[in-house]
Amino acid sequence: MMKHTMLRLISYSKTLKRYVAFSLAGAFVSVAFTLLIPLLTGRAVDYIVGKDNVDFQNIGKIIGLIAGSLTLSSLFQWVMQFAANKLTYKIALQLRTAAFNKLNTLPLGYIDTHPHGDILSRVIVDVEQVSDGLLQAFTQFFTSVITIAGTLVLMFTLNVTIALVVVIVTPLSLLVAFFITRRSLVHFKKQSEDRGRMTAFIEEMCDGHKTMLAFNKQEYANEELEKINQSLYKSGFTSQLYGALVNPVTRFVNYLVYVGVGVVGAILAVKGTLTVGELSCFLSYANQYTKPFNEITGVVSELQSSIAAANRLFELIDTADEPDDSDAEALSHCDGTLVIDNVSFGYTPDKPLIKNFNLKVEKGQRIAIVGPTGAGKTTLINLLMRFYDVNDGVIYLSGKPVPSVTRNSLRSCFGMVLQESWLFEGTYAENIAYGKPDATMDEIVSAAKSAHIHDYIVAQKDGYDTVINDGISAGQKQLICIARIMLTLPPILILDEATSNIDARTELNISRAFDRMMKGRTCFIVAHRLSTIKEADVILVMDKGNIIEYGTHKSLMEKGGFYYNLYNSQFRQV
Amino acid sequence: MLKLKRYLLQYKKHLIIGPFFKWLEAVFELIIPLVMAQIIDVGIAAGDISYILKKGGIILALSFTGLCFSLICQYAASRASQGVGTLLRRDLYRHITRLSMPDIDRLGTSTLITRMTNDINQLQVAVAMLIRLVVRAPFLLIGAIVMAMIINVKTALIFIATALAVFAVMYLIMSRTVPYYRRNQSKLDKLSLLTAENLSGNRVVRAFSRQREEQDDFKEASEDYAESITAVGFISALLNPVTSALINLAIIAVIWFGGIQVNAGSLTQGEVIALINYMTQISLALVVVANLVVIFTKSAASAHRINELFETKPSVEDNNTNTHLIPVKGAPKISFVNAGITYEGNVAPSLSGLTIDIEKGETVGIIGGTGSGKTTIVNILARFYDATEGSVLIDGHPVKDYPVSQLRGKFGLVLQGTKLFHGSIKYNLTWGNPQADDNDVARAVEAAQASDFVYSKGLDDTVMQGGKNLSGGQNQRLAIARALIAKPEILVLDDSLSALDYRTDANLRKAIRGLDKSVTVIIVSQRANSIKYADKIIVMDKGKPVGIGKHEFLMRTCPVYKEIYDIQSGVTA
Repeated sequence: MMKHTMLRLISYSKTLKRYVAFSLAGAFVSVAFTLLIPLLTGRAVDYIVGKDNVDFQNIGKIIGLIAGSLTLSSLFQWVMQFAANKLTYKIALQLRTAAFNKLNTLPLGYIDTHPHGDILSRVIVDVEQVSDGLLQAFTQFFTSVITIAGTLVLMFTLNVTIALVVVIVTPLSLLVAFFITRRSLVHFKKQSEDRGRMTAFIEEMCDGHKTMLAFNKQEYANEELEKINQSLYKSGFTSQLYGALVNPVTRFVNYLVYVGVGVVGAILAVKGTLTVGELSCFLSYANQYTKPFNEITGVVSELQSSIAAANRLFELIDTADEPDDSDAEALSHCDGTLVIDNVSFGYTPDKPLIKNFNLKVEKGQRIAIVGPTGAGKTTLINLLMRFYDVNDGVIYLSGKPVPSVTRNSLRSCFGMVLQESWLFEGTYAENIAYGKPDATMDEIVSAAKSAHIHDYIVAQKDGYDTVINDGISAGQKQLICIARIMLTLPPILILDEATSNIDARTELNISRAFDRMMKGRTCFIVAHRLSTIKEADVILVMDKGNIIEYGTHKSLMEKGGFYYNLYNSQFRQV
Repeated sequence: MLKLKRYLLQYKKHLIIGPFFKWLEAVFELIIPLVMAQIIDVGIAAGDISYILKKGGIILALSFTGLCFSLICQYAASRASQGVGTLLRRDLYRHITRLSMPDIDRLGTSTLITRMTNDINQLQVAVAMLIRLVVRAPFLLIGAIVMAMIINVKTALIFIATALAVFAVMYLIMSRTVPYYRRNQSKLDKLSLLTAENLSGNRVVRAFSRQREEQDDFKEASEDYAESITAVGFISALLNPVTSALINLAIIAVIWFGGIQVNAGSLTQGEVIALINYMTQISLALVVVANLVVIFTKSAASAHRINELFETKPSVEDNNTNTHLIPVKGAPKISFVNAGITYEGNVAPSLSGLTIDIEKGETVGIIGGTGSGKTTIVNILARFYDATEGSVLIDGHPVKDYPVSQLRGKFGLVLQGTKLFHGSIKYNLTWGNPQADDNDVARAVEAAQASDFVYSKGLDDTVMQGGKNLSGGQNQRLAIARALIAKPEILVLDDSLSALDYRTDANLRKAIRGLDKSVTVIIVSQRANSIKYADKIIVMDKGKPVGIGKHEFLMRTCPVYKEIYDIQSGVTA
């Protein structure tokens, strides 16, 4: 799994070959010159033999060479680091936008059923973790590998015996690192999961903060968080400790190398097959050669954390999208007719909610959907807007089966005002123009006037350019959502309890605007205020996911069934 | 950073043991080149192989002991850094739960999350590094300089000059990067906000086919963030190359001036090698210091953000944390005395001049237009916000004098947009009163008209976050049952019947009244019918009470009320 994730991360650099090349070339050149320096230094030391026996002329030459090498090595090191930086952040950018874009192509059911905090944590925290790991890998992995290879070559050219000592001892450190990381991956995974759980919990609680305060549940929230916190402490501690073991252990292995080189080198020097300068140079190499092993192993533990994070990220990115509709035609004209043909649906197929539902809607008809709470009214909207796909049967819009047209063109036929108003952080004007970003100020103002929110907006500090703050009431939020629709004027309207938070007086005023707007438009209205839907052309009475009655207000009242009872309850004395 | 010191002090033992053992290890590390110098100067010079082997053995023993010490340090570092992070998370979250509504609204959920996660992670890294390296790196640095001095004072000057030069470079780079790190974190906050908004408004985004724009916005913000971190990376990428260039220059100096001294006879060849070795060691230490600098700069930005959150005082303060207040005899259950509030950032008051006494067991209705201040009354009554004018009393005491927990304990609040939480139905129902038995639950569920779906789903059926898998009406009824189970003295239904049909609405109100006569009930509603039979009705218009009294009285005296009622009963519609 680790290898697979790693390869996949690397595959993101395909379009960034330039940076990979720069970072590799930078690493290569800088390492080559870095390695040259101890060689030169060793040679210089050999010219410093003793009193009155120092060859300054040659030392001078060597110093010139060292100066040149250090300039080049530093320059290219910087190139490498910078390229690696770019590379990492470009990959992180791709990952993050891919994850975010996914949010709008996933089946809506995924978003409805997953804690938002956990998804949020993937897009934000996990991507950060991945880029931390990648940066370390790119800056240290290349240089480390090249350094190891380079020193090996140099050491073998200098003295085969000592080089062999080095080669035999060092794999130990890799083995140790491998052994440790094998065991620690599971802890890193647990740590990432705990972090996700924590984010989800905080998100849910902040979202319901007022409810928490209302019920005095601060202590409870604290205790619950502490449970996750303790679990995170455990997984965090074990992963960190495992990660931290690698470095000292490999360092110890390095000392084994150092001693090996020192002792064998000294013996060779005694025997006269090695100069003292060469030995000094070897000792430098031994240091330089082993250092990358430390770094690689250090990177490995950081990488593990990143791989665990990347897996969570890929899990999100790999979730199947809504079925592709790029082959579907864009519905260019919508005549406002709609046919629901024998449709069945359930959020989980084993619990069907709507069964064999049939309905034919003419252009300009007003369809009221009434019924007790939980009767499936909102579900019907989910199907009309194609937020969910039907399990069985077909919906025809404008004579076309819904799956044959693109979702975007389908949805642009509908104007929807939901019970729960959604505003984003932005000005009043931006929020109203959400469905029509190129709207002129005049259009925005006239929509706001129709929605009876204009007076409120102009009373704000900067009028339409005021950033919406928390002083706004639920009803005002709903009015802004209504203004949005007043601005786009689509051929079909869906009003799902669109005025539930609006007082009767304002509602009456709005309903006049609605009336004007509804003229010639097909309109679905979900409401409990039967008085507002009395004039509907068709009233669908729903109960337990099914249409149980169907007709005009008059015919349903005469029938004296479910609707009759519902209607009468409105004026029943308490 | 200093303000978070107390968390570190909790791990005093680890903070001493860890660096101490790391220090011991470093001492050994400094001794090892000396032993190696002996091997070269004495062993090779004398051709004494057994001496060489013996010294080799000493190095081995030193490095093994060093390993053990280092492991002790790593253990201490892991314990302390995770421990500090855990304590911080606990306290920071505790602080968050103490914040009141205006604070949470102003800060926003996403920044709270990044501070709880990302910023604290950053501090954990800093603590671990502190223990592992803060003693070791400077010690190696100073140690190497001292050793160099012992060998030869003149050449040691090169070491000191190098160290100073490197520090100057670090300072320069650090001072350039600090502002970036802070900016980066707030850019990350922005990304969180966009993501959270997209999640909560996913339906609307799709309904308006705004996916492309949403994605463009996010991409732009991500690119902005990426550019900003790349820019800071551009500067901090200078650190390593410049440091290593300086070190190599110093090595050149050692060779040259060392050579002069060897020529003069005041230094040996082995000593020159040792000096070069120490220089290499310094370079390692300096690289570590450089990395530490980057980590600490980043952490300082995070620490700043965490402190900022800690210093956010809840705008509704708990003035009285332990004195339980006893009701004043004869005082009304609730009284508003000329009460009002102007929300922060607003010019006009959202509520002003509300004066009313509400007796125990009364039912009070609040009705009025959108944004007329109905919810605001509930906000100042339950102290989600503090009234900025006049006063609010419960049982004869100002609400500000109560311990907040006692005050809220009196209420069963069903708020506008009330939230259900992820968990079973039963878990949600008993949220306000975990001790409630099945009888209590059954009675409340019955009264809230929720029996049909609660029992057909079963008490153990899962509710998703925010009650997403339930309809609006089911959400409201569960929330009402939840409030009833908490056995409140005052039950507040703030527009919590809006998703219910009229029949259910009426049945529910009747059942609640029948449940317990002593409960004071406040109903905020858009529907005249829901409050028609209340003992007192408050009619709100543009932030002011324009009528208080019974239905018949208001029909005669309050045009606003009459208009609302007439519209709804279909007289004029």
